[in-house]
Amino acid sequence: MNLSPELSQPVDEPYYQPIANEVALFEASHARRLPVLLKGPTGCGKTRFVEYMAWRLKRPLVTVACHDDLTTADLVGRYLIVGNETVWVDGPLTAAVRAGAICYLDEIVEARKDTIVVIHPLADARRVLAVDKRGEMVAAPDSFMLVVSYNPGYQSVLKEIKPSTRQRFVALDFDYPEAAVEAGIVGREGGVDFETARRLVKLGELTRNLKGAGLDEGASTRLLVHAAQLIAAGIEPQAACTAAVARALCDDPDMNGTLDDLVAAVF
Amino acid sequence: MTSSPPSFSARCLFGQFRPEGSYSSPTDNPEDLRRKAGANRRLFGDELETRLDEVLFASHSHRSATKLALGLEALNRSQQERVLHWAAVAAGTYAEIGYQIATFAPRAFMLLDDGGFDAWVLAGLDAYDRHGGRAAMDLLRDIEGFSAGRNGARPVAKFTDIEARLGRFIQGLAGRPLNLAVGTCAWTDSETIFLPPEQDSLFDAAANRRLYKVQAAILWAQSRFGSFGSASVDLETSLAPWLGKAEEERALIWFAALESVRLEACIAFELSGLATEIAAVRGAWPDSLLPLLPRLFRPQATLSDTLELLPLCLLGGEDAPRLAHAVRFDPAAAQRIRAARILRDMKTVQRAISALKGSSGRSGEHDESLPSLATDAGAYLSLEGEALVLPPEARAAAQSLVQDLGEVPPECLVPAGPGPWQPTEREGGGEDFASDRQADYRYDEWDYRRRAYRKGWCHLFETEVEPGDRAYVAAVRQRHSALIKQIRRRFEMLRGENRMLGRQPEGEEVDLDAVVDAIADRRGGLEPTARLFCRRVRNQRSLAAMFMVDMSGSTKGWVNEAEREALVMLSEAIESLGDAYAIYGFSGWTRTRSDIYRIKRFDEAYDEAVKARIAAVEAKDYTRMGVAIRHLTALLLRQPARHRLLITLSDGRPDDFGDEYRGHYGIEDTRRALQEAREQGVRSYCITIDSHGADYLAHMYGAARFTVLDDVRKLPLKIADIYRRLAS
Repeated sequence: MNLSPELSQPVDEPYYQPIANEVALFEASHARRLPVLLKGPTGCGKTRFVEYMAWRLKRPLVTVACHDDLTTADLVGRYLIVGNETVWVDGPLTAAVRAGAICYLDEIVEARKDTIVVIHPLADARRVLAVDKRGEMVAAPDSFMLVVSYNPGYQSVLKEIKPSTRQRFVALDFDYPEAAVEAGIVGREGGVDFETARRLVKLGELTRNLKGAGLDEGASTRLLVHAAQLIAAGIEPQAACTAAVARALCDDPDMNGTLDDLVAAVF
Repeated sequence: MTSSPPSFSARCLFGQFRPEGSYSSPTDNPEDLRRKAGANRRLFGDELETRLDEVLFASHSHRSATKLALGLEALNRSQQERVLHWAAVAAGTYAEIGYQIATFAPRAFMLLDDGGFDAWVLAGLDAYDRHGGRAAMDLLRDIEGFSAGRNGARPVAKFTDIEARLGRFIQGLAGRPLNLAVGTCAWTDSETIFLPPEQDSLFDAAANRRLYKVQAAILWAQSRFGSFGSASVDLETSLAPWLGKAEEERALIWFAALESVRLEACIAFELSGLATEIAAVRGAWPDSLLPLLPRLFRPQATLSDTLELLPLCLLGGEDAPRLAHAVRFDPAAAQRIRAARILRDMKTVQRAISALKGSSGRSGEHDESLPSLATDAGAYLSLEGEALVLPPEARAAAQSLVQDLGEVPPECLVPAGPGPWQPTEREGGGEDFASDRQADYRYDEWDYRRRAYRKGWCHLFETEVEPGDRAYVAAVRQRHSALIKQIRRRFEMLRGENRMLGRQPEGEEVDLDAVVDAIADRRGGLEPTARLFCRRVRNQRSLAAMFMVDMSGSTKGWVNEAEREALVMLSEAIESLGDAYAIYGFSGWTRTRSDIYRIKRFDEAYDEAVKARIAAVEAKDYTRMGVAIRHLTALLLRQPARHRLLITLSDGRPDDFGDEYRGHYGIEDTRRALQEAREQGVRSYCITIDSHGADYLAHMYGAARFTVLDDVRKLPLKIADIYRRLAS
């Protein structure tokens, strides 16, 4: 009996707007079997980029959202009881290694420190995954690639990535794209005209100016796309921005007042 | 330090004012009961005079209360009591204000209700705190104005009400710090936006608030869209024909009006919603501006357009147009500030470049090709064909230059010469510690008599303790080595350890015992359990403890010795427990100099430097506790721990030099500060050696939140136990 997951390749091309040379860097890393670390604020397109690259490289994609209870077994696999027997089930990481897929560990800093070390032998020249419960060393095929992401903007000391981990990766910086490009993305993803998209991006820029002055983060491209989608669905622009951007950013009533002012300034 | 037991009456305990006539509690003391007999009748002149003498003229006998008493006679009893109460409160701050309140009270009650009267007094006291006696007198005298503002008869918007929200709005627009401040009129020096203290020119309060917003936006736009000149246009030269002449005033009003037209178009291009609001405040364009609109009301128009039109407008001899949202323009002041800022920003960028160049090993050569700035608003520089990423401070400076000049001037891309990259270097920096230096922080203080905060009342300075005897901690450890060993053993048992939990519905491993049971159950026809796995859990202690150590003068001698030893024992204990902890000392000398001494920060290890600082904890001045609690609570809140604990080591009640802090005032302020801490999820505890401590500590900290030690020498022996009780 085999309970391990089966992986398949992505079929449709995900929409992704390249910003700089990240596509070439990623392809070169894949060709040279190097793991990649994506850094950048939330909602700036890291996950979408990985989906796009998986499609481009024609590899299956396994995404794991890391959290602070994520154990090694959750990644590598475990025995389950079926009838009177134990049956081994590959975890997502093992499945990805066997299939030569792209394994994407999203928000790696959220995972427990003892969990992160299982990726170390995978992320250097050895390229093996130790499945110690089965006494098995799974060698990664050339097409396997490890991608992790994290957001360096969090100021918590607990959410830092250890040098021994980070120095195994090729690191790509992500940030919100330049205004005109971002407007193109928001327009395309949100289904609104360029003028509306441009105003949404302006709003994004204004909120990003408030980072550290009451806001932890400014509005991400994702939030702007949400607002655009609401507008495309017939919601009045100010109401859409209040709901999708202003209220999504913070709970503080004073700050919400300021955000409302900014929304009103743009629309 | 005074240690006599304080006697609380219900009134001073809670700082509440109740008119005497309304006392009804059976616990009222006999004095109150006796008064209650005649509670509802109004007081006669002689009675008023006696009581006024009590509250007002304890020290000033040169004025008679007779006249005041006569004025108050006509009020009803509850009003009389209210006046007496507030006069006493105010006299505690400044006798003259108490006198004025009693003087103006009859007139005030004609215009104001009870709530309004309280607000009037509080506004007067607040004016005194901020601007001194003269301002307070003026405010108190202007009862009509106060009443009108309160009743909304005058649709006034106040700067203080909109300051915070507008400040953030402008920061959102500007992306660089632009301060807001009160000024005589609306203008900007390109670094600070000055706005009038209140606005009442429009028909309702909401419109007046919007007027603030619109003026601030126009003033922001002056810096953003180049009203102060650019690399190619020097404003002062262009305005020179009028500056210093009789025409100056008119020319500047015309200039500001023309710029308002141009800037509104610039704003409309990017922020159409804001432009709509500006247009709503502005109303129709004045006739004199209409012919200029086609030229000026375009986002492409620049300062040069304004400067070309200006002489024509002035020649026309027409009066300067009146705009509802007119702002003033002071080119000289703005120019000065702007020049200083540009210089500073250029130096910052230059230093960054020389540091970057230095690191690439080519600092000696002179450039033939000047580096150019990429379009991305200064984030990258290309230098000799190589992209350089500027440090954030330099990036901000470069962006600021782009806003001021439209570009980063080429001369600033020549490195400033060798030397390390120091973003913090600023003109006038390198301040040394002196009493006239700016406070590091300012905190509000609670005045129980006013039942209001005094805003920004306490000036707090944070400094590091100078290291002391390095051998001290080792000596203490030697002396108490047996106890320390014992403490460590006990504390290690508390430490969070990993455990395997069996019989879990999910987990990384199969629990064999559970599986065997389940199979047996199934063979026996019972329903087998689904809990077949083991899971590893970690008991993480998530606790941050802040120790606030009394360094007031009264701790000199034994107490100080005991405190230092106690800190050593504590550190040893908590180190073995692994909790996050910090140690800060506090002392002070009046509200303008509250000191916080850093001994150990949360992110510091218990190392030699910390040990040397523990050895140097010494007795300093006084005990202003509220501000210290507020500051350390703020530090504690930055810790990511789930539980936060603030532990005070003290030898007595709050006390400070000179002012009233040593009495109820200090106790009430401390209580309030602890209350604020509690509301923010910080639990507080006090360890004291003041044998009378129980009298007031229960009131400040709560019944079970303190320990009184009868012998100071026991402090080092007991403190670890106390902490264990609190933290487990």
